[in-house]
Amino acid sequence: MTVTQPPWRRERREHFPGVPAWSLATSRLAPEEFGVSRLEDVTREWAWGGDDAGENSTGGDGAGVRVCVLDTGVDGGHPRVGGLERSLVVADDRDLTVVDCDPVDHVGHGTACAGIIRSIAPAVSLTSVRVLTDGRSGSGAALLAGLRWAVEEGFDLVNLSLSTTRSQYLPELHELADRAYFRRCLLVASAHNMPVVSFPWTFSSVISVASHDEPDPMTYYYNPAPPAEFLARGVRVPVAWRRGREIRSTGNSFAAPHITGICALILSRHRWMTPFQLKSVLYLAASNVVASQGGAHVRA
Amino acid sequence: MSVHERRSDSEITERRLLQSTVEVARHVFASAAASVFLVDQETGDLVFEAVSGAGERHLVGTRFPAGTGIAGWVAASGQPMIADEVGAVPQFAHDAAESTGYVPRSIMAAPVIRQESCIGVLEVLDRSADWRGDLADVDLLAMLAAQAAYGLELLLRLRRAETELPAAPGGDDVHVLLQRISARVPRDGGAADPTALKLLAVAEELLH
Repeated sequence: MTVTQPPWRRERREHFPGVPAWSLATSRLAPEEFGVSRLEDVTREWAWGGDDAGENSTGGDGAGVRVCVLDTGVDGGHPRVGGLERSLVVADDRDLTVVDCDPVDHVGHGTACAGIIRSIAPAVSLTSVRVLTDGRSGSGAALLAGLRWAVEEGFDLVNLSLSTTRSQYLPELHELADRAYFRRCLLVASAHNMPVVSFPWTFSSVISVASHDEPDPMTYYYNPAPPAEFLARGVRVPVAWRRGREIRSTGNSFAAPHITGICALILSRHRWMTPFQLKSVLYLAASNVVASQGGAHVRA
Repeated sequence: MSVHERRSDSEITERRLLQSTVEVARHVFASAAASVFLVDQETGDLVFEAVSGAGERHLVGTRFPAGTGIAGWVAASGQPMIADEVGAVPQFAHDAAESTGYVPRSIMAAPVIRQESCIGVLEVLDRSADWRGDLADVDLLAMLAAQAAYGLELLLRLRRAETELPAAPGGDDVHVLLQRISARVPRDGGAADPTALKLLAVAEELLH
């Protein structure tokens, strides 16, 4: 394996839009080869050091990976959260600016999500952006402002245990999700289990997560019937809540942070991955995808 | 029967629809209570519109400020959720739960969504421990929330119609209204809109 960075991890080349064109004269200049992995050896062990990774120093622990939690805020002092890199809020002004704020959570939901991520990836860096402030519906504008900030800031992962049903935000949200994907910022979004259309979890540029009902936090399944692509623990999850409390909670919004945490483990071991590659590894290491002679097959 | 009597009569029908939804919710989950909140679109407050079980006699009309508790989060995020063992920690007996006179051990809540916006929240307190499966519970709650959405929308539509009606100048005075209608009917032999004519005929019958 080469020690140099693969091309997508190096400095971006400056160029005018459209120059050079995206095509490449490969007959004259062979494309650079990158010696990473052709993924045939991808297992849970390879991906994050296996399921005993928590105590195992050779496994991934999320170190060096920056995660942004877009939610109700996070109680930075909660023992399950284990501190925040930064705490911000989308200000209630006309420009919806993102400003620093105290690490508090008046609801508890963001604290629950942050605690789940920390429980899986103990060394991860967590930042909170509060986009759900006053409980009023129609806060899609704050969600957009917070997400735009997170993408610009270059977080590796953004946890979105929320969705909007308002189609007025669809084009901008879609564009933002695509931009994040190509900037190596992976959005992990909880699926909506109501008979309504909502987003961004329905976009192909994000990882969408629904629930399974088993108690193991590291068990997750690839769902062959998207748009919900993965199923993670989402039933009776012990979670942190406001005022230092703990409750058991059920919902897809608690399944998404499990996948965010697992992604952080993988990224801390394999910093070179793009969202596309990470999603592929997540698929290959899913509990229901097993290697066999003929390639991957789904266990009965 | 006066126009006003007929209006309140129809509001009873809309209310019964919503009430029947919470009754069904309470019974399928064998729960202590089920309720529907309306999200006040101006203030974001949550207002009890229908309650079955604990608190059904006094809670309707009670308001909570926006963002209160689990129902507040569900309204803001549009995501259903279940919180269990909330009563295990004494601090949970907080403001809102206490003021309702009932402190639950578990809360299930789903958003009530119509035309892209969350207009309410369906909440079930202390469902029975019978094995249905938690994921099945969430799905069933979501389906009932979809039903509550129709009930709530009908109620809102009715209230809107009521507030808009007197806005017309002299709307309450039937003679002023008749004069306005008369001024709109073509006098040069042209035919009036057939639907409007039919409605006027119905109005004449009702005023009889």
